[in-house]
Amino acid sequence: MDLAYGPEYEAFRQQVRDFIAAHRDKAPRNFGVNRPSEEALVWQRLLIEHGYAARTIPKEYGGYGAEPDILKSRIVAEEFSNARLPMGLSNQGISMLVPTLLELGTEEQKQKWIAPTLRGDVVWCQGYSEPGSGSDLASLQTKATEDGDDFIINGQKIWTSTAHAADMIFCLVRTEPDAKKHEGISYLIFSMKTPGIEVRPLVTMTGHAEFNEVFFTDVRVPQKDIVAGRGQGWFVANATLKHERGMLGDPNAAGSRLKQIIELMETETMDGERLIENPLFRDRLLKLQARVLAMQFHGLRLLTASAKKEDAGIARLIVKLQGCDLNHDLAALAIDALGELGVLYGESPHLRAKGTWQHRYMFDLGLIIGGGTAQIQKNIISERGLGMPREPKPAKA
Amino acid sequence: MEFGLSEDQRLMQESVNRTLEKVSPLDRVRKAAEAREPYARDIWAALVDLGVPGLIVPENEGGMGLKLLDAALVSEALGRYVAPAPFIATAVMAPLALIGSASPRQQEAFLPKLAGGEAVVGVAISERASGARDGAGITASGGKLTGKALFVLDCGGADFYIVGDRDCGLHLVWADAEGLARTELTTIDLTRSVGELDFVNVEAEPLVSGDAKTTTRRMLDAGRVMLAADTLGAGWRMIEKAVDYAKERKQFGRVIGSFQAVKHMCAEMAAELEPGRSLIWYAAHAFDEIPEESSLMAAHAKAHLSEVGRFVARTATEVHGGMGFTDLLGLHYWFKRIGLDRQLLGSPERVRQDAAVLQGWAAE
Repeated sequence: MDLAYGPEYEAFRQQVRDFIAAHRDKAPRNFGVNRPSEEALVWQRLLIEHGYAARTIPKEYGGYGAEPDILKSRIVAEEFSNARLPMGLSNQGISMLVPTLLELGTEEQKQKWIAPTLRGDVVWCQGYSEPGSGSDLASLQTKATEDGDDFIINGQKIWTSTAHAADMIFCLVRTEPDAKKHEGISYLIFSMKTPGIEVRPLVTMTGHAEFNEVFFTDVRVPQKDIVAGRGQGWFVANATLKHERGMLGDPNAAGSRLKQIIELMETETMDGERLIENPLFRDRLLKLQARVLAMQFHGLRLLTASAKKEDAGIARLIVKLQGCDLNHDLAALAIDALGELGVLYGESPHLRAKGTWQHRYMFDLGLIIGGGTAQIQKNIISERGLGMPREPKPAKA
Repeated sequence: MEFGLSEDQRLMQESVNRTLEKVSPLDRVRKAAEAREPYARDIWAALVDLGVPGLIVPENEGGMGLKLLDAALVSEALGRYVAPAPFIATAVMAPLALIGSASPRQQEAFLPKLAGGEAVVGVAISERASGARDGAGITASGGKLTGKALFVLDCGGADFYIVGDRDCGLHLVWADAEGLARTELTTIDLTRSVGELDFVNVEAEPLVSGDAKTTTRRMLDAGRVMLAADTLGAGWRMIEKAVDYAKERKQFGRVIGSFQAVKHMCAEMAAELEPGRSLIWYAAHAFDEIPEESSLMAAHAKAHLSEVGRFVARTATEVHGGMGFTDLLGLHYWFKRIGLDRQLLGSPERVRQDAAVLQGWAAE
């Protein structure tokens, strides 16, 4: 155990601090709702230029071009968080499409899409899930049939966040109807302005439309806009999902949420007594504090394993399950500590924290279900982590 | 920045595991438990050969001079093999008492003895850690101790005791001192000895060279981390046993480990328990390197592992079905080990109350 970063990294930390001191007035106040605002775009370009966004993406594709160094990335995150400054843009284009193209795209695709995506000029959405294909994603039915040099796409996608504001979609479609289900899928990228695409907002339990349904009717897409080859889509998607699951269940998000609850319990009163002095709520808080600490240290352990290129095994597989569950339990405590005030929502008088805790409590349930449900995570943990057998396939009738 | 074990630490833990695999198989554990041996002398001898009693004793006193994290790795191994041997008091809390509060003469007289495994030492500070029950408490007056101490750790077969009094003073008492009566307390866990000591005007050697309150706090923090690590080891062994059993046991024409209901029980156990490992590592590291965080982290490690440990102990037993409930399989030794760990040196509620006080959220 050595929790010190050492002189090279401390010098780097100083650089980050100097940058923050010099530029913090340029940090955006308004990020834009669906697309990045003008000030968010300016901030993003500044961060890329100094290596605090798109840090390890090669320069030729519009990144900063630094060697991957997981500790430096963490230092950047720590310093921005301590200064309460926003990091660069985080969206599905940057976190999922860019790594996928870097790994599997053609040179032309990389040249065309990576730089504008990193800058925030091109916004992407992800067309994976379908009404009939959630956990069993490989059963997807949206079909792309050949027509000359094009595909003609028909079908429906669901859970497509930002589809209504997106310029582009990366989408899984069935191009080989006669192949086995995992081998008949291709990964296509195309414009959301293509004729035949209809986007309908999907209102969730939060009362907001965080997702959409997307309908394709005879949508014509050039065959060359495939990533990897025909029938390779499942392989490409798994490369991408790996990036998504890494984002869900971040223990540092739980850490800052815990801080907010402590502040809340130190200031809110019930019958004149501060909530932190109430032994029942306090005991719940302390239980959660231990869980948050355990996940934060677990995160440091995984970071070390990544830096040393070691396989952390089952330790990595549990993060999405545990992290999302923990975030949900944190929101639940905040609501319970607020009591009746905790159920206020919308624009109500006496509303606390703009209704954030209720919104999180509901939205987090979506995160527990999305990105591979908790139950799918448990299958993965037991099969890949503990070596337990897969569920046998039912005999064909 | 490196959050993890060194190569030396991994090798050390492997070697303790290998030794215990040989000397502490279930048959041996069962024999010790059924015969009510205070501890298994052969297993203790094997631990002495490895240098376990001198693990955290300074090198110039004949020990290995290692850190609490190393001790936590040994504790995890002992939990894994439900080893019926002294450790928490003899190898961790007693050396800390002597290092923290004994005079140079006392240190010279006792530390090398401890490090060499020549003495087993009990520690009686449960009243400070868990609160007094049944009128327990020791009063020191004129160099003599009177009263009773409950849940004395490594009690059976101990050669001497480190005893905490009501005013936070620490004393060294010989096991054969006049006026001292020792009674074994039979707990669910027959792999470790816990006892009661009754004092009537018992001659004691006070440990007055360092601040006894600070020393007691250090002993308590270290003890809590050790119990958390013991639960981690015992808990993981229970998960492994549950998984192995589920891969063999057939019902409805298939192994039960292929049913999602059973797989998910196993996944939940692993997912709940594994992050506790990092919390223990950090708490042990903080004990030596970040003293201002030491007590809070030890409290959190103890309380958290107690909660998760209970869930694992129950769930792993359920995966074994009726067999898990029998004596035949011996799974209950791990269940009970985890059950005792939970209550010693403060139940989770009590320990979290300490964590509240440490953060200024409750009055002492």
